[in-house]
Amino acid sequence: MDEVELRALVPRVLSVLVRRGADFATAEDAVQEALIRALSTWEGGRPSDPTAWLITVAWRAFLDMTRSDTARRAREVRFDTEPLADAVPSADDTLRLYFLCAHPDLTPSSAVALTLRAVGGLTTRQIAQAYLVPESSMAQRISRAKRTVARVGLDQPGDVSTVMRVLYLVFNEGYSGDVDLAAEAIRLTRQLTALVDLAEVDGLLALMLLHHGRRRSRRRPDGRIVPLAEQDRGQWDTEVIAEGVAILQAALARDQLGEYQAQAAIAALHADAQRFDETDWVQIVEWYDVLLRFADTPIVRLNRAVAVGEADGAPAGLAALAEVADHVLRRDAVAAYLHEKNGELELAARLYADAARNAPNLAERDHQTRQAARVNQLLRHER
Amino acid sequence: MAKYLLLKHYRGAPAPVNDVPMDKWTPDEIEEHIQFMTDFAARLESTGEFIDGQAVSPDGVWVRSDGEGRPPVTDGPFAETKDLIAGWMVIDVDSYERALELAGELSAAPGAGGKPIHEWLELRPFLAAPPTVAE
Repeated sequence: MDEVELRALVPRVLSVLVRRGADFATAEDAVQEALIRALSTWEGGRPSDPTAWLITVAWRAFLDMTRSDTARRAREVRFDTEPLADAVPSADDTLRLYFLCAHPDLTPSSAVALTLRAVGGLTTRQIAQAYLVPESSMAQRISRAKRTVARVGLDQPGDVSTVMRVLYLVFNEGYSGDVDLAAEAIRLTRQLTALVDLAEVDGLLALMLLHHGRRRSRRRPDGRIVPLAEQDRGQWDTEVIAEGVAILQAALARDQLGEYQAQAAIAALHADAQRFDETDWVQIVEWYDVLLRFADTPIVRLNRAVAVGEADGAPAGLAALAEVADHVLRRDAVAAYLHEKNGELELAARLYADAARNAPNLAERDHQTRQAARVNQLLRHER
Repeated sequence: MAKYLLLKHYRGAPAPVNDVPMDKWTPDEIEEHIQFMTDFAARLESTGEFIDGQAVSPDGVWVRSDGEGRPPVTDGPFAETKDLIAGWMVIDVDSYERALELAGELSAAPGAGGKPIHEWLELRPFLAAPPTVAE
């Protein structure tokens, strides 16, 4: 049993403890301790019933924590060491756990951290490394989050759209460390699709798979960005992409359209093209129009302008770009691209340099600086 | 061991010897520069002298409190700000001489024409915790 399989047992174990009457915050600490113990002692061979092992160890850890806690407060509280007969968690409990960790009272960063720990079974250290923050800060973030949701409990209904937002954040803003956050987001979303029957949840999973399948081609090993037109499509993971397409088609057939399905449809159209110049930009623009109905954001309009530029030519793209406000992130980069396509090299070079200055991360800054240098070189050759 | 801050400025430092803005370099020269920076940080990591390196956006604002119960006041960004930090590297080295040596190497990163930029970097010692033996 590898670490990922082990972590998949976490929601069930945590639910059992909570159903037995343990408070969520302490139960979650206890499960984490059992998990860490399992990782260090199972190397020689896993127990015959891993879930039962984890429940037993976590329950003992919970009792120890509560007893030392109560001793400190000089109170006499007794817990039965034997599990209650009726403490059988259901699949619904896992879903409620998702709701709890994505509770609307939590800030996005807290919801992300709590979900990765309590549902994903990652350690505080792994989460801290993945988000490049000190472990002590991440530990504080998680315990504050647990205090915030302490009164909610596992019996209240929640909103699956908040859960999807949290999982999308994990997928989209994963950095580095020894945990692959994109893969973890996919695992947790896949688990969610088994718990709720909604086309949008399937759409979110499809969206993640379709992007994940292309990720090897998006960056060079040194971290350098490779634009879509130059990506080596031979590096795409066709199996992952095929799964994403199949899930998306089944979701679309249910006729409950939403923003994740629309985004996934756009990703699927890119994945469909064997070569960049085979991309069906006309259909992509149509899907951006669908997406605008669900999420009319500057980012969507900006990306739509790129698609319009490919489908109907640079002037049409620039006209679409004119609807996007000036200060929108990456607007310079899109403007530079469209003006270059329109043959206005000097303006494009200036805009690429602006895009580099305003880039939100180093990889993009380097990429836009290279673009500016490339166009300036073209200009020097022309003269 | 002592920690030092190596500061790189967008504006405010004296002009470098090889003073050409990066977007006017050739793509190959940019490649060479980025590779140099990556290798430099990797080498300091391997010697155990690297602590942190970050770049910051040129866009920033000034912020101050406007009293209890009121939102903070912001001002700027000011295009005329004379001193603008671009990024930093924190190193932990055995001596001031070693810190100087490393700052010198970093300043000689290749630029336009493949020649060293010779840019001015600011070297600032950290104010460390007081030592155990004080007398």
